[in-house]
Amino acid sequence: MELAPLIDAAPLYASGLATTLQLLVAALAFGLALALPLGVARASSHAWWSWPVAAYTFVIRGTPMLVQLFIIYYGLAQFDAIRESVLWIGLESAWFCAVLALALNTAAYTAEIVAGAIRATPAGEIEAAYSLGMTRQQAFVRIVLPSALKRALPAYSNEVIMMLHATSLASLVTLVDLTGAARDTYSRTYLPFEAYVTAGLVYLGLTLLLVRLFRRAEARWLQHLAARPAT
Amino acid sequence: MDHPQLVVDNIHKRYGAREVLKGVSLTARAGDVISLIGSSGSGKSTWLRCINLLEQPHEGRIALAGETLALQRDRDGTLKASDARQLASFRARLSMVFQQFNLWSHMTVLQNVVEAPQRVLGLTRAEAEARATQYLERVGVAHRRTAYPAHLSGGEQQRVAIARALAMEPAVMLFDEPTSALDPELVGEVLKVMREIAAEGRTMIVVTHEMGFAREVSNHVVFLHQGLIEEQGDPREVLTRPQSERLTRFLAGSLK
Repeated sequence: MELAPLIDAAPLYASGLATTLQLLVAALAFGLALALPLGVARASSHAWWSWPVAAYTFVIRGTPMLVQLFIIYYGLAQFDAIRESVLWIGLESAWFCAVLALALNTAAYTAEIVAGAIRATPAGEIEAAYSLGMTRQQAFVRIVLPSALKRALPAYSNEVIMMLHATSLASLVTLVDLTGAARDTYSRTYLPFEAYVTAGLVYLGLTLLLVRLFRRAEARWLQHLAARPAT
Repeated sequence: MDHPQLVVDNIHKRYGAREVLKGVSLTARAGDVISLIGSSGSGKSTWLRCINLLEQPHEGRIALAGETLALQRDRDGTLKASDARQLASFRARLSMVFQQFNLWSHMTVLQNVVEAPQRVLGLTRAEAEARATQYLERVGVAHRRTAYPAHLSGGEQQRVAIARALAMEPAVMLFDEPTSALDPELVGEVLKVMREIAAEGRTMIVVTHEMGFAREVSNHVVFLHQGLIEEQGDPREVLTRPQSERLTRFLAGSLK
């Protein structure tokens, strides 16, 4: 193990880490904003609402994210109409393309998590809401949705960790994220093992941090599902 | 002024070709405690759930304090409320206690009781909390107000559910086999609360297997058999000197 060249590369890793975190936060923010309405539509008993979302999640979950990213970054540029349209302002940027691919992906997976949690609402709890005079909308907003979102938390924490790891694909469209920093360090030092292990350790640290954050969130919001009351 | 609290008239309900209710009518006056008894499959729970339209009947009329619920034919041939607002107002005055409690699992005990008075009746948070506290004390679970339903015993959960229904200050309370899901040693605490609120003069319709409750607390008992009222009347009469052979056999069976 040679550590000296790695210490020289510390600023590169630091800026790579910043890029990784920016990608993650932007993708999760857009993805979640998209996933909530999609998840509600997916759980709807009306085919006109649920079916288009089912088609969307099938396509996204049925293809590798790397292929989707290449289609967005390389593929769309092939069409003059797109290069001349207002969309090009975004699609010209690798950062934008990476966030778009990541957000569309997490939106699809998260929509299914939300829809599953909504469907798992005990029917009796909805009947109780109706039996006391709540409207459908009140029952949904006050009972079904809050209960479902809390129940979805453990599955969503997995999704966030998967997304952290998926941001590494951005290094394949010229971005210098953590994985990009490792690749550049490798080509500069010819120490591939040290370069990638360093990146791996940083991902591991981030994952641990996320796991702890979600544990705390679950302790707070999932008390009602705990086997015993918190003391 | 002199309208009965609740008139339920000629309820018919089918599941496919099987007719589970063949025209069941009942009138409840203020302060009535009516017990509905009958073997499982007699249609008693279905009938109760038709009153607040959790089940849509095929025929029938429901009137609360002289106001008839407007119904129209749904696509599947059952009757649905014509006006969602009127249905909500009926339901708010006909609060129900379920066999499986059906407390909202993500809310604390207090929030369970505050929720509907605040959202449906439009009470302020402070008013709803004061009312919730009063009824939680009434059923003896005020000390568990910050607990979640999953952390309560079945008896405590059902008492919270009764407080939730009481907090609507309804015209009529509907109980759907409120003790059937409880461990035997927890049945007593729930029946005790029900006796007490009956003694307060509340109008109650109770689907039950508890013959002691039917005999001692209710002033009217209805025996349902295969979707029809087989026998009804004063519980001391009906339960001690049954006229029909079916009720005689049912009562013999339920004493075992």
